[in-house]
Amino acid sequence: MKRLIALPLFAAALSISADLSAEALFVNDATVYTMSSQAVLQGADILIRDGRIKAVGSELPAPVDATVIEARGRPVTPGFFAGITQLGLVEISLEASSVDSELAIEGLRPEFDVSSAYNPHSSAVPVTRIEGYSWTLSGPSRAGSIVAGQGRPVSLDGSYASFLGGPVLFIDIGADASEQSGQSRAAQWMLLDQALAEAGSEQQWIPQPLLTLAGRQAMNRYRTGGITVFDADRASDILQVIEFAGRHGMKAVIGGGAEAWMVADRLAEAGVPVLVDPLLNLPGDFDQLGARLDNAAILHAAGVTVAFTGGDMHNARRLRQLAGNAVAAGLPYEAGLAGLTSNPAVIFELGDYTGTLEAGGRADLVIWSGDPLEVTTVADQVVIDGNPIEMVSRQTLLRDRYLDADPSVPRAYIKP
Amino acid sequence: MKIRQILTTLAACWAAGPFAAVGEPYPSTYEPLPSGPVLIVNATLLTGTGTRLDNASMLIADGRIQAIADVAENIESGGVDIDSAQLIDAGGRWVTPGLIDVHSHLGVYASPNVKAHSDGNEATAPVTAQVWAEHSIWPQDPGFSRALAGGVTAMHILPGSANLIGGRGVTVKNVPSLSYQRMKFPGAPHSLKMACGENPKRVYGERMQTPSTRMGNVAGYRAEWIAAQKYILDWESYEKRVSEGDSDMDPDATPERDLKLETLAGVLQGEILVHMHCYRADEMMTILDMAEEFGYRVSAFHHAVEAYKIAGELAEHGACGALWADWWGFKAEAYDGIQENIALVDRPEGGCAIVHSDSEEGIQRLNQEAAKAMTRGRRAGLDIPPERAIRWITSNAAKSLGIQEQTGTLEPGKMADVVIWNGDPFSVYAQADQVFVDGRLMYDRADPALQPVSDFELGQQPGASE
Repeated sequence: MKRLIALPLFAAALSISADLSAEALFVNDATVYTMSSQAVLQGADILIRDGRIKAVGSELPAPVDATVIEARGRPVTPGFFAGITQLGLVEISLEASSVDSELAIEGLRPEFDVSSAYNPHSSAVPVTRIEGYSWTLSGPSRAGSIVAGQGRPVSLDGSYASFLGGPVLFIDIGADASEQSGQSRAAQWMLLDQALAEAGSEQQWIPQPLLTLAGRQAMNRYRTGGITVFDADRASDILQVIEFAGRHGMKAVIGGGAEAWMVADRLAEAGVPVLVDPLLNLPGDFDQLGARLDNAAILHAAGVTVAFTGGDMHNARRLRQLAGNAVAAGLPYEAGLAGLTSNPAVIFELGDYTGTLEAGGRADLVIWSGDPLEVTTVADQVVIDGNPIEMVSRQTLLRDRYLDADPSVPRAYIKP
Repeated sequence: MKIRQILTTLAACWAAGPFAAVGEPYPSTYEPLPSGPVLIVNATLLTGTGTRLDNASMLIADGRIQAIADVAENIESGGVDIDSAQLIDAGGRWVTPGLIDVHSHLGVYASPNVKAHSDGNEATAPVTAQVWAEHSIWPQDPGFSRALAGGVTAMHILPGSANLIGGRGVTVKNVPSLSYQRMKFPGAPHSLKMACGENPKRVYGERMQTPSTRMGNVAGYRAEWIAAQKYILDWESYEKRVSEGDSDMDPDATPERDLKLETLAGVLQGEILVHMHCYRADEMMTILDMAEEFGYRVSAFHHAVEAYKIAGELAEHGACGALWADWWGFKAEAYDGIQENIALVDRPEGGCAIVHSDSEEGIQRLNQEAAKAMTRGRRAGLDIPPERAIRWITSNAAKSLGIQEQTGTLEPGKMADVVIWNGDPFSVYAQADQVFVDGRLMYDRADPALQPVSDFELGQQPGASE
């Protein structure tokens, strides 16, 4: 048995890399937030083998071949969802040569799928991963069209084949998209109706089409089961989304939803989940006049499935701070955690990735130094697909290079 | 003779700028709202001086902090009738100085973020030292009340960073008002916003104008400082002739007043504080040399994601680093950001780290940003208790703005800018329960009557009462 202690010191965390090949992993004596019907288990152990959780419970025997992480009562959660981001698609936002999330071709091109541009070696992937995030919905950024394109849920394990679920379509509704629809949001629905009519049409050739043939095929997926994220803030726009999605048989998710709380009952009734930015409390534009901090709390109380998104790709790691703020504004604590774990997994139908810690599930988990939603807490150890990851990023290496206040050699020779 | 008298008066007042004789233009008309004495007992005080006092008491009267003591009985009343004071039993809650944000665009980039509210960058020429951010402030920006709920009692509002020299900034008290003059922090020095790096060279380079490179940036600043030096000399030689009673003097020989050069001259004469947007370590080193060349000081480098690489040099120069806890990567000069930046800038003797926001959201949570930076510093092995970290959002900020004699700490004689938190402010769950500005309770989380609403927001939140 290899003993391994994830100490609350970055230096100790580095030593884990040697054990990456271990087949079995055993987390001993943790406070396990299962995010399942088992709720929170105190003093519990987790047995992991071949990337799967084999057992969660008290007094489990540790296999002789297992690498052991001593949790010492610290909280353990499923790996967190980093929100809708452009992770792996953008290195530096203002450098166009390093940005693959935007399509500058005019018109509606739902067939634009950013997944083929995903780069697991982007420096932002480990920067995000070591803070407790094991997956994101990597999607197109909104520009140039009300149909931004498609993205995919992706594991932040740094591998090439890291997609967790099927494609998701992104549609942008409201003031910030009105330039792309002839200056009126009414035309957004007009164009989308036309696009869906083309997608569902039996005719091979359509005069003056909005969509290419590939676009029709892509769009058709979202009439027959695919998930569409509608970025919408204004309450009246959100009601239009519910009506539109119902009429076309689409599975809608609201992204943003600054005024979603005003139509919480309608969202609950229609079974439409919301990805909330819980810090929105200012009228950023006239679609957000009703923005308020207890948006998530009100939606949750009405029975809406709530998850979180923050909109910032490089700093996606602060999403748990956003969730903490939602809790401070009245959201029950468990719901705050669910918005980063089980709820997004359910919303995006991730199949074997459940956002819970249960036997049979994928072993993505985090050992935290304290309350996972607290700003004074850090991720002590992240496990993705059963592997304790190296808790290193370009930023920790820079830190370690500059930590010595008075080095004897130029810092270029310090290679941590 | 009459003309000469006027000129002599002008000369005598040169230290405040050539035309200060007519009085400070756009003066502060801020007046604290009336307040009675308040006695806070049983509080956990973070004084902003690096000290933590448990179970402490603090007496506020006449808008000022009168006394602080370990227990209420030891309060030196200084003639204040303590029995008449409103008693607040903090019950162990934490009390800090009012928070100060040294980098805000509230009012100049107001919410809602419509075109009509875009008043922060006079991006029509690379040097616009003649513009003053205060002339763009819309006091009805709903962001002010949100910042107040976050415990912010003063802020420094700046022009944007499109220009090499963007114009003057202004420090205000965070009180609801109809005009910025009634918010303007009394006695606060003016500031000058400058910018390094990508923004100016991008904005003007794309127009095929100078600057289009970093070397163009530096040439641009230097040319302006040289012009400002000449402006000072022109006025000095003119004043000398006036004071020597040069009877042949032609009244038309009065040097022409130039708003741009007046501001730059104010910097070289040490009256206007330089706040400079600058990300990269190497660029900050260039700027420190330029400050040496022209004989001024940089009060603070803002954003400065690479400040940790030159923390010692910044401390030596006396330049603060006004920083984010974790922003990075949005442009090349922000690529090397690390979460230990603030803690490492704080580390050297004389280091001056500040947590700033540059954001209408971030200004509401300066305490959380400081908490993250504190945590990262501790994890890197630095000893940073809360009483040290609170300085990053209070006294260090006040120091960089030149208002440290008036606010930023809980000490007798200081303005009673005070926040009572519902618990440890270094927490995601922390909320400001009560916020005092100059001793007057301006925000109370439990009392909707003490939660200001701007004209813009009145009637704008349909369903808010549901």
